[in-house]
Amino acid sequence: MNASRRGFLKSTSAGAAGLLLGFYLPERSELAAQTAATGTPAKVNAWVRIGTDDSVTLMIHKSEMGQGTVTSLSQLLAEELECDWKKVRTEFPPIDPAFGLQGVFGSQSIRSGWMPLRTAGAQARDLLVRAAADRWAIDKAECHAANGVISNTVNASKLTFGQVAEAASKLTPSANVPLKTPAQYKLIGKSMPRLDTKDKVTGATKFGIDVRVPGMVYAAVARCPVFGGKVVSFDATKAKAIAGVKDAVQISNGVAVIADNTWAAFAGAKALEIKWDEGPNAVFNSGAIRKSFTEQTMQPGASARKVGNGAIGLNTAAKKIDALYEAPFLAHAPMEPLNCVAHVRADGCDVWASTQMQTGIAGLAAQITGLPPNKITIHTQYLGGGFGRRAGTDYAGEALEIAKAIKVPVKVTWSREHDIQNGNYRPASVTRFAGGLDADGWPLVLTANIACPPMGGGGSFGGGRGGGVDSTSVEGIADLRYSIPHMQVDYHSVTGGVPTTYWRAVGYTQNTFFGESFVDELAVAGGKDPVEVRRRLLASTPRLLGVLNLAAEKAGWGKPLPAGHHHGVAVVNNIGSFTAQVAEVSVTAGKLKVHKVVCATDCGQVVNPAIVEQQIRSAIVFGLSAALKGELTIDGGRVQQSNFHQYDVARMDETPAVEVHIVPSTEAPGGMGEAGVPTIAPAICNAIFAATGKRVRRLPISATSLA
Amino acid sequence: MATIRFTLNGKPQTVDVAPEMPLLWVLRDTLGLTGTKFGCGMAICGACTVHVNGQSTRACSVQANYIAGKNVVTIEGLSADGTHPVQRAWIEKDVPQCGYCQSGQIMGAAAMLAKNSKPSDADIDEVMKFHICRCGTYQDIRAAIHRAAELQAKGGVG
Ligand code: FES
Ligand code: FES
Repeated sequence: MNASRRGFLKSTSAGAAGLLLGFYLPERSELAAQTAATGTPAKVNAWVRIGTDDSVTLMIHKSEMGQGTVTSLSQLLAEELECDWKKVRTEFPPIDPAFGLQGVFGSQSIRSGWMPLRTAGAQARDLLVRAAADRWAIDKAECHAANGVISNTVNASKLTFGQVAEAASKLTPSANVPLKTPAQYKLIGKSMPRLDTKDKVTGATKFGIDVRVPGMVYAAVARCPVFGGKVVSFDATKAKAIAGVKDAVQISNGVAVIADNTWAAFAGAKALEIKWDEGPNAVFNSGAIRKSFTEQTMQPGASARKVGNGAIGLNTAAKKIDALYEAPFLAHAPMEPLNCVAHVRADGCDVWASTQMQTGIAGLAAQITGLPPNKITIHTQYLGGGFGRRAGTDYAGEALEIAKAIKVPVKVTWSREHDIQNGNYRPASVTRFAGGLDADGWPLVLTANIACPPMGGGGSFGGGRGGGVDSTSVEGIADLRYSIPHMQVDYHSVTGGVPTTYWRAVGYTQNTFFGESFVDELAVAGGKDPVEVRRRLLASTPRLLGVLNLAAEKAGWGKPLPAGHHHGVAVVNNIGSFTAQVAEVSVTAGKLKVHKVVCATDCGQVVNPAIVEQQIRSAIVFGLSAALKGELTIDGGRVQQSNFHQYDVARMDETPAVEVHIVPSTEAPGGMGEAGVPTIAPAICNAIFAATGKRVRRLPISATSLA
Repeated sequence: MATIRFTLNGKPQTVDVAPEMPLLWVLRDTLGLTGTKFGCGMAICGACTVHVNGQSTRACSVQANYIAGKNVVTIEGLSADGTHPVQRAWIEKDVPQCGYCQSGQIMGAAAMLAKNSKPSDADIDEVMKFHICRCGTYQDIRAAIHRAAELQAKGGVG
């Protein structure tokens, strides 16, 4: 989207910044630019616009952050619309109640869009067909729509969608338009090439950070290094001496430097001299956090699951084992650092953001500006990754506060250091397990005691939640699908003085590592094969059993491997999907190499198999970064790492070959973006145990010597 | 401020900027060429990769005065219409996910292929391991580079 094209400049004298700058007056209609290009696109319904040139513009109400929504949601709409796929273009619409919640998290886009989008496509087609039938004065049953053309089955004449779109937009939608059966699908289930690829290989795609609005200034914010700290006073003399720096403005969580380019803004933010009130979180450090979480796991907590009786199980077990597992704080580190462009005027407010939370930003903008919702326009941009970080709204709140103060459009860009050190994080956590086996060596009891800050808090600090259970913090253990006679899971809401939030796959990111590793320990303690034990315990969960068997078969579980190579397995049922992974690793002189991962997934009806496979490969690399080396440490309430040299991520040479097998299914679609993340760490660590006899109980793996 | 003259995507270009301003911000903020991305600002992620006199270069870590008189090519200038063999291979293999790192990946791959027309997996890793992709497109990138090498050998538009 070219923002400049849709507005015009007007000179004005800006307030706080004291500059002569232009400001941008957006036109209310997102369609303005399209109109010139396509004639007058008719809004057939909320999702579908059709131009007289037969162009089809589909509204993508969910953000595209790499997971393929632009393409797969278009497939849902176009399947029922029967438009010409080659003429499809897409737009991210402004906030509209017709779309429900506009935001992406929890791998929801396909799941939540599956019925409404196909229904919207079908309704739009029905309107177009009825308009054609009216034109021809025949019954709509005598019309047939395909590939953007409506055929008159009586006299063989034809009308294109573009020729009837205007008339269709004036008709009342029918309530119950039947949807296709799977046998009739032309697009759903097909690996349609991604619609966003071409622009992404020419540099044309506009991410949030690329937005340029006439009269826009650039800003960077200095935030307290201790979370929750506040500005006491600041001196901007040195910052203002930097060429390009214009001004400094205090906002609620720091001081913003306004400049005429990003580089000067970064330099200015660094040069500010700020006296902070660091607040209560300055006392935290990683060692003490681990110790206090560990101590908590020795106390009974809030009950997150109880099957049978854990104490009786442990008392009657023929053999008992216990283990303590740990995971660190993690940053999301999407490749596109956080950013936001905002323009606040007396009569309206525009926000341009690469965000997973459009609806939330709209609400926040109303709160900060005091403007009514209909004066606020959110312009969704492509996201350079999100992984949960962009489901928050803090970056937009800052931009809105600054824009309100300086009255000109402003782009706030976070440096990578800001992104790593001033974020919201995947929490650190500790889980203590005790388990036991029956006389035949099969698992009889599994108890877990989890200490984890709440994950769903969207930047909350956790601690003292009145004994309740944060469901996202226990998922992955409390919902283990194994039939074990006694299972008991307790939870402690703890705090590490670090704000926490969703991170791709949320609680499963650490809990599946914990749970699937401990189940492996139980298998080993009972002298059993890890796949055999899981098969037995999953007998009543056929879809999970199915992917376990498929992954084991495709990986050649139990068959000879190259010398020094070993297998490990893990399974998970999250976000409505069922996934198993078998990792093949070697450990040579203490050095781990992950050679290959075979992944089987059952995610119900697949909309685009190529995108599903892409998401699995993506998730495995994302999980691999955390498994191998992801760790943030805290000292004096500060994050000690600052950029990729200290918070490194998986690189090409560390990435295993990934083989994906999808189980054919017509069940309702499951989620995909997060499905492949949880199992990679335990599959690798279980393989490390097979290779070395060493049990990795703490992530990242680099914290444990494998020599 | 300094006046710096250089060649940008085949055309003469003049900018008046602080001489120590990184090329990345000259391109993005001064000239509005936003295809070159900011990822780390310290030459460790590869998102800002451009070609300077044909060499793969991290635009975040070279100053404006360094490019005076030099020939700079960005993703916008790699080909007129997205038909460089690397871009064609990327499209064929549908490599990008979020796409944010891909300008840098493509520029890095194109510079490598200009020197090594038939890279092995190990050759590719050696160059491309300095390009981070948080979406994990590495396997697809490797396949696309092999494909680009084939297209280039067949006389692809370069
Ligand atoms: S931004 Fe230049 S290498 Fe990361
Ligand atoms: S495609 Fe998203 S960072 Fe590479």
